[in-house]
Amino acid sequence: MIERKELTKRFGVIDPLSIEDYINHDGYEMLKQAITMTPEAIREEVRLSRITGRGGAGFPTAIKMNSFAAEKGEKFIVCNADEGEPGNFKDRYLMEQDPHQIIEGMLISALATGATYGYIYIRGEYRKAIAIMKEAVTEARLYNMLGTHILGSSFTFDIEVRRGAGAYVCGEEFALIESLEGKAGRTRVKPPYPAQRGMFQHPTLINNVETFCNLPFILRIGGAEYAKIGSEYASGTKLISLSGNVRNKGLYEVPYGRTIREVIETLGGGTNTGRPIKMVQLGGACGAIIPDELLDMDIDNERFEMFDSKMGAGAIIVIDDSHDLFDIILRNMEFFAHESCGKCTPCREGHIQLVRLVRKFVDRVATMDDYISLKSLADVIHETTLCGLGQTSPTSILSTMEFFHEDYLDRIQNNKEVRP
Amino acid sequence: MDLQTILSKYPPQPQYLIEMLIDVDDATEQHYVSEDELRTIAAYVGVRDSQVYSVMSFYTMLSTTPRGKYVIQVCKDVPCYLNDDFNVLKTIQDELAIGIGDTTPDQLFSLELTACIGCCDEAPAMRVNHETYTNLSDEKVRSILESYRSGLL
Ligand SMILES: Cc1cc2nc3c(=O)[nH]c(=O)nc-3n(C[C@H](O)[C@H](O)[C@H](O)COP(=O)(O)O)c2cc1C
Ligand code: FES
Repeated sequence: MIERKELTKRFGVIDPLSIEDYINHDGYEMLKQAITMTPEAIREEVRLSRITGRGGAGFPTAIKMNSFAAEKGEKFIVCNADEGEPGNFKDRYLMEQDPHQIIEGMLISALATGATYGYIYIRGEYRKAIAIMKEAVTEARLYNMLGTHILGSSFTFDIEVRRGAGAYVCGEEFALIESLEGKAGRTRVKPPYPAQRGMFQHPTLINNVETFCNLPFILRIGGAEYAKIGSEYASGTKLISLSGNVRNKGLYEVPYGRTIREVIETLGGGTNTGRPIKMVQLGGACGAIIPDELLDMDIDNERFEMFDSKMGAGAIIVIDDSHDLFDIILRNMEFFAHESCGKCTPCREGHIQLVRLVRKFVDRVATMDDYISLKSLADVIHETTLCGLGQTSPTSILSTMEFFHEDYLDRIQNNKEVRP
Repeated sequence: MDLQTILSKYPPQPQYLIEMLIDVDDATEQHYVSEDELRTIAAYVGVRDSQVYSVMSFYTMLSTTPRGKYVIQVCKDVPCYLNDDFNVLKTIQDELAIGIGDTTPDQLFSLELTACIGCCDEAPAMRVNHETYTNLSDEKVRSILESYRSGLL
């Protein structure tokens, strides 16, 4: 068994709109337990679990939680459900299939940190998820899981569902905060970090949907037990969004430590075309493109850092050998050119130039000079942009220059202007 | 829903601008926010018109120009592209004879591209207003358009 269903165990089993169903499948049990615990004790379980953020950056959740918990006064928790990275759909399923799990996770986080109010920021395109989350919040209030004196305790917390309006960059923490404040989603300079000064200058803790969903699970089995699931590099399970040229596209929950090949071959059933795999893009448009030989790597974040790239939010996009590498890269770069918020110059101007250069490779008119320009521009964008968008966007170029070097050389040597 | 009803759903604070704008866009047959509406909203939340403009122009779901009754958005990202063996976009252009960003002369359809809409497991995918259509095939795309044309959807 490769799969291990913990966060997805209620999928298809309960009616997502029925809080009773959720309660009958041990829902809100961990909220009850958390109410009896001290904030420090909850945070200690999170620390022991070794969990890292599931939104893409893989930052240790306990560190962020602790620094936020140390802040005083009115402070907010934000659930990041902007999910715009191409190839990712896990948060949509979590919202549509088990919305109360997210609410319970946010409540546990609030108890652990002293947060007073919560927001769920959902991309506007996710109509169904928005409707379900709103309904779930309303029901949770009726059952006194939200509001004042929650379950008879002195704990008070409420949640508001907010919509985005079509901007990938709003998944970035400060852009998201700007958007929540009703503005264009342009990032802010860090530090200070949101945990110190975020929404309306109040301390703000932002976590991904899947990260929140892990909190009830961590309390249920205990942080130490949780830490045993997975590999020495990353603990717990990961939701994988599997797409592209693969037979069984879909959402899978697997423990860290399984390999990419296992996911593609065993769960995905290999390519749907019967053709060999040419390459696999990991994480989404911002992730590395790797060749078949590297598919035996584990799906964990830390080990991926040697490629200066990560598993990100867990997308695996399978691409068979009928597709051109440069076509794929071009689509990635067009995406970023469109989604750049325009605040910093290397990102705003840089992506336009990347598109122009990659198109030359697609059109078979690229020269060695173009290759050198492409490389140095990708490096500059990676190193000088203000937020994670530009820091990660050139990954598909930089990784393929390493792993598919021959393809670049071949394209340059078969330049149709030089050799018609 | 008229503008006043929409506004009354939200406190008069700038943080609710995006929510109001989405609602207005939804409620208008031509899926846009007019200049008058924009000014009324700005006054309601107490910001300058220019701030509302800057928000409008930043978010791709919002439009200041009238669009068709049905706004079609075709996903252009890699997972859809990999599964698009008949060319969704070309099929639609074939049926409607319009380019990307255009509206049909009868004001029924507008054609746009969209970034990934999180349906990559059922690629290729598109949206028509707020309805998502997945696992598209040539016939399926044509029949969806036909259903909208004939008022069945
Ligand atoms: C351009 C960009 C887009 C992002 N989009 C998302 C997103 O859609 N969802 C998400 O959870 N995190 C996204 N992130 C990461 C967030 O900035 C942040 O790291 C995350 O929400 C923290 O939650 P976690 O620690 O639970 O992962 C994005 C980052 C960048 C730079
Ligand atoms: S790429 Fe089209 S829905 Fe994700």
